[in-house]
Amino acid sequence: MIFRMFLPITFASTIAASVVFGEGLGDAGKGTKIFSKCKSCHRIGNGAINRVGPHLNGIFGRKAGTIVGFAYSKSMVRAGVDGLVWTAETLDAYLENPKSLVSKTRMNFRGLKNPQARADLLAFLRGYSDEPINIPEAEPTATKTDLKIDPAILTIKGDPEYGEYLSGECKTCHQSGGEDDGIPAITKWPEEDFAIAMHAYKQKLRQHPVMQMMAGRLSDEEIAALAAYFKDHE
Amino acid sequence: MKMNRRSFIGTVTAATATLSAPMVMGSGKPRVVIVGGGAGGATAARYIAKDSKGGIEVTLIEPSRAYYTCFFSNLYIGGLRDINSISHSYGTLATNGVNVVHDWAIGVDRAAKTVSLAGGGTVPYDKLILSPGIDFVEGAVEGWDTSAQNAMPHAYKAGSQTELLKAQIMAMPQGGTFAMVAPPNPFRCPPGPYERVSMVAHLLKANNATAKIIVADPKPKFSKMSLFQEGWAEHYEGMIDWIGEDFGGGNVSVDPAAMTVTIDGEVTKVDACNVIPAMKAGHIAHLAGVTDGNWAPVNSADMSTKADPDVYVLGDSSQQGDMPKSGFSANSQAKVCANAVRGALTGSKVFPAKFSNTCWSLIEINDGVKVGATYQATPEKIAKVDGFISKAGETAEVRKATYEESVGWYTGITADMFG
Repeated sequence: MIFRMFLPITFASTIAASVVFGEGLGDAGKGTKIFSKCKSCHRIGNGAINRVGPHLNGIFGRKAGTIVGFAYSKSMVRAGVDGLVWTAETLDAYLENPKSLVSKTRMNFRGLKNPQARADLLAFLRGYSDEPINIPEAEPTATKTDLKIDPAILTIKGDPEYGEYLSGECKTCHQSGGEDDGIPAITKWPEEDFAIAMHAYKQKLRQHPVMQMMAGRLSDEEIAALAAYFKDHE
Repeated sequence: MKMNRRSFIGTVTAATATLSAPMVMGSGKPRVVIVGGGAGGATAARYIAKDSKGGIEVTLIEPSRAYYTCFFSNLYIGGLRDINSISHSYGTLATNGVNVVHDWAIGVDRAAKTVSLAGGGTVPYDKLILSPGIDFVEGAVEGWDTSAQNAMPHAYKAGSQTELLKAQIMAMPQGGTFAMVAPPNPFRCPPGPYERVSMVAHLLKANNATAKIIVADPKPKFSKMSLFQEGWAEHYEGMIDWIGEDFGGGNVSVDPAAMTVTIDGEVTKVDACNVIPAMKAGHIAHLAGVTDGNWAPVNSADMSTKADPDVYVLGDSSQQGDMPKSGFSANSQAKVCANAVRGALTGSKVFPAKFSNTCWSLIEINDGVKVGATYQATPEKIAKVDGFISKAGETAEVRKATYEESVGWYTGITADMFG
């Protein structure tokens, strides 16, 4: 599976990303070229309009899912309502693996695994936000809450039996049949996506008070166990 | 008339009791008997049957054939749900390995390990799980007893009582008065009375805008108080008069025949009145001899009672520590208990107890708030670990998302209970 192959790189890069932020956002010139990957759906610059994706002017500091008139996924709107704001840190996480941050985003993009490429792209995007000079190179939270997902954590093999027991707590709200009825579905996620999402709540990168609380007390083994269980959940 | 759980369906259950004689036991499998088919009992039955894969004989004793959830019953009062949408049957549980016996449990012989039924006969158990919800403390509100529940409904066990209360509110004259007598702590669903006040106000605002709401409350404060009061001021200005302990809200008596409520000596004629008395564990918990005072003390690791390691008490009836009495809590406790009971009977792996709760309340359409916490088992009690509460002044879209989340939760938990 392609996704699995990418994994070790993904997590290694997550850690590297915070280092990059610490040193600056990257090379905007190189970012211009990387933006060609985005151009089929997104416009940026003078008079940019929404296309398949929303325009990206002023993306820094914008609340997710809030351009009036653009038909966002329910997931994206919910993420915004829950408090997701686009910053260097959140954009970096989103670009790395869109679905790990916003489960059912319509952005059909596998993710940019190379941390330097993301840093370059962010430097390019930053030029189209208001007063880019005022956008800190590194958000205070980005340095404070450095994503500290040790790659080893993501290689933990979860115990699905323990996961099944723990899942009882999830199923009070999330329907085991996988329906999305006001609360998102969590079944049949790739194990890695599930684990990253839970770690993102645990580190308060994903914004939802209930989920931050629930994930906050799960150990790495317990997150792996849940991921292992829900992966095959019928 | 003696008050007991779901007394209003008494005639139905009497008729069906004889049809549902106890199951023939004797398969040699370990036997779990569960009394009460609400958020605690139905969940425990479902999880034990599901996870033991036929290795444990599971019997659920529940008099009513249709279970009306207390949670979301306020939304029925507010006109946001019809009564059928909060009604659930036991059909799916029955086809998934749970013997559902529609009868009243009227006694527990802990020495013989049997439960006796109103319809005759006894059901033997190896482990007994009691999840009988609440009963009311007699004499808790001067002038009110259960014989007055038609004139002044409690509507705190959902179903016909809820429908009756709503009908009485709808029949109020223009400019009339609705009164609520709120209960002292601890009681089922701490934000429940105040969500109800909100939903009554919502109903009256549309049909009877000059009507008044009086709440006599023996407590100085209540769950999510600042959020409710902010919402009442915003949506129902001047309609709701909450009289707390400081203003004599605890010094209250009612006269159901005259339809008056007396608060701190002042008599008020009312047009509809909701009396929610002080509460205690469901009757069968007292009959089983596992209560101490009003509630049944339990061990936090598995919900077994302090009185008997083979008798467990879930949900509202239990005295466990920091968790509120809520459907969410009962569901959470049931899963911990199911895991422990299965382990004790079949040797399956027992995992550490983890508990959680979230209570959503609706103040006005699309204005939802929530409070929640996680809990762990300590030697003394179930202890709070971490929590959160909605903030005052949240945007309309946050409140709308919170409400939508509660709707999703309702679908989720009822599926988790009943399959």
